[in-house]
Amino acid sequence: MKKQVGILVDTTQCIGCMACEDACADRWGFPHTDVHELSCEKNTVVQQYGQTYVPKLCMHCEEPTCASVCPVGAIQKTAAGPVVYDVNKCMGCRYCVQACPFQIPKYQWNKPAPKVTKCDMCYPRQLEGKQPACVEACPAQARIFGYRDDLIDEAKKRIKNNPGTYNEHVFGTTEVGGTSTIYLAGVDFGKLGFPTNLPKRALPKYTWDIMEKIPDYFVWGSTLMAGFWWLTNRKKKVAEYEKELQSGNIPPAEIEDKDQTSGGNDAE
Amino acid sequence: MRNNGVLSRIAYWFRHMTFWKSVFLVLVVAGLYSTYVRFVYGLGAATNLSDKFPWGIWIGFDVLCGVGLAAGGFVVAGAVYVFHLDYYKPIARPAVLTAFLGYVLVVFALMYDLGRPWNIWHPLVMWNPHSPMFELAWCVMLYTTVLAFEFSPMVFERFHMHKAAEVVHKMIVPLVILGIMLSSLHQSSLGSLYLVMPEKVYPLWYTGNLPFLFFVSAVAVGPAMVIMESFFSSRAFHREIEMPILSKLGKVTAVALSVYLVLRVEDMINYHLFSYLFTFNTEGMLFWAEILIGVIIPITMLVIPKIRNNKRGLYYSALFAVIGFVLNRMNVSVTSLERHYGVAYFPSWMEVSVTLMVVALGFGAFAWAAKNLAVFPEAVAAKEPVRPESYEVVLIEDDAQLKGAPSFGMQAK
Repeated sequence: MKKQVGILVDTTQCIGCMACEDACADRWGFPHTDVHELSCEKNTVVQQYGQTYVPKLCMHCEEPTCASVCPVGAIQKTAAGPVVYDVNKCMGCRYCVQACPFQIPKYQWNKPAPKVTKCDMCYPRQLEGKQPACVEACPAQARIFGYRDDLIDEAKKRIKNNPGTYNEHVFGTTEVGGTSTIYLAGVDFGKLGFPTNLPKRALPKYTWDIMEKIPDYFVWGSTLMAGFWWLTNRKKKVAEYEKELQSGNIPPAEIEDKDQTSGGNDAE
Repeated sequence: MRNNGVLSRIAYWFRHMTFWKSVFLVLVVAGLYSTYVRFVYGLGAATNLSDKFPWGIWIGFDVLCGVGLAAGGFVVAGAVYVFHLDYYKPIARPAVLTAFLGYVLVVFALMYDLGRPWNIWHPLVMWNPHSPMFELAWCVMLYTTVLAFEFSPMVFERFHMHKAAEVVHKMIVPLVILGIMLSSLHQSSLGSLYLVMPEKVYPLWYTGNLPFLFFVSAVAVGPAMVIMESFFSSRAFHREIEMPILSKLGKVTAVALSVYLVLRVEDMINYHLFSYLFTFNTEGMLFWAEILIGVIIPITMLVIPKIRNNKRGLYYSALFAVIGFVLNRMNVSVTSLERHYGVAYFPSWMEVSVTLMVVALGFGAFAWAAKNLAVFPEAVAAKEPVRPESYEVVLIEDDAQLKGAPSFGMQAK
């Protein structure tokens, strides 16, 4: 399998200069603003929590919830790692916005032909051999681009070499089955606006537990229903026949005849 | 001549305004204004939806409740055609008609909610079997087609196309079986939509049982809707109420609700919900409201023969079941997520007006079909193409003379 890329964000290094926000806005053609909230015009932001600046962007999950819930496959996890969106497939159900555990996908609410907007780790730039715009713009090396495995090694090295500086946990290594964007922090991730109640299991699996049973259910269920039809149909016919018998509409002679002929046929 | 007839009937409709007709008109006009705002200025201008609350009542009520309330179609059709419970035959047609109209309106309402409704056909060619929404799209599309077939004899018979009606009748058993399979799949998938959000949904409503709960509650509320609608149409068309059939149908609701209650109690134990149950916050109160109104009260009323066999008793038990069902769907789709998102969602008046317009269109379409198509058994008989020589077809201007019979009536020469 091809090695997947990722971004390591070291929140202890971020100086809050917002260069990444501007680089991202330029890459997407969004306006430069002072609003530090992800929106349909901001695919990355830097937020301040106490003394710490926290860059936020799509986590590019290993098993993305947004991609799994999209009914038309408009969101895909590329083999290289980035999770990308194709507006030409999208029908605008916003299940991705609803389902993302990190609340990353945003929607153009005020457009008659709206799109979902989210960070794509500058996948088009990667194809040209360039780094993501935010990584390139960062003067403090708070964002590092590379292979995910190498980034995890680097993160662990930093924790080991700087005792007392870092939280032991690398966010994104275990959450919802792992993410391609991973974080280092000096404090608890809960204090930096990260969700702390996420299961280790990839979220799409919660749905797949049920979805995978559908083909079997369909085959067995319709067979069962057809069986019920046959049973109740026969029961009804027998009941009708017995009623006829009791009312004496069928002469006993005819019944005997019937039995004899069928018996005779068997003998032949 | 024919065109003239239609025009004169429209003119007649407007000349003879009634209270309910004017309510219908007001709702449609308000809905049309919201339609304009929604499609010209976007979802944000018409709704209170946002990135923090992406699904509102157009999903929670129009889709989740609409599909569930239309479940009577597959329950009654299954009872009659698969289980040979001929007893229910007289209500099969109104039940199928309600289901068909319900699904058409769900798709209609979905066009408002989808950001790019012109791509609604995409699931046909762009597949993602991992998504419950994909499965929903296919099932709703196929089931609406199945319902169109099941409904078609009502049109064929009205226009004396007996060959066509016969062809459909020959296919009815496989069609109904397919309908049951598709219904059980997508009714449950509406619940599966929320399985992927274990960290967001408030614990009182998150359970691995969600798909089963959604299916069982649909089986319970489908017959309850058929009961209510029989009461409405009996009032509107001055028909007798089929009390023995309906009270038997009430039993179906009671049994399904009991199964549902067992599943929910199982969840309370498995997910250790007792601390949440007795925390009387908004969620706790709404949870109890939903369980009491939608489950405990209707079961209690329906198991008492005296109430079940009484017109008003049966009507109110069905009404409670329906209100509780709507509460449950709104709780799952709205209440259960508000705490996680940290927002309080309340629909804008435009969202409400579109929903009300959809409901009004549903009532209007049912009334029209009941009047003009072969829906009720006695009407089927009346529409047999018996035209003896001594009779001629005349257009009768005043509908009231006919009390619900078609306007193209027969009069002796």
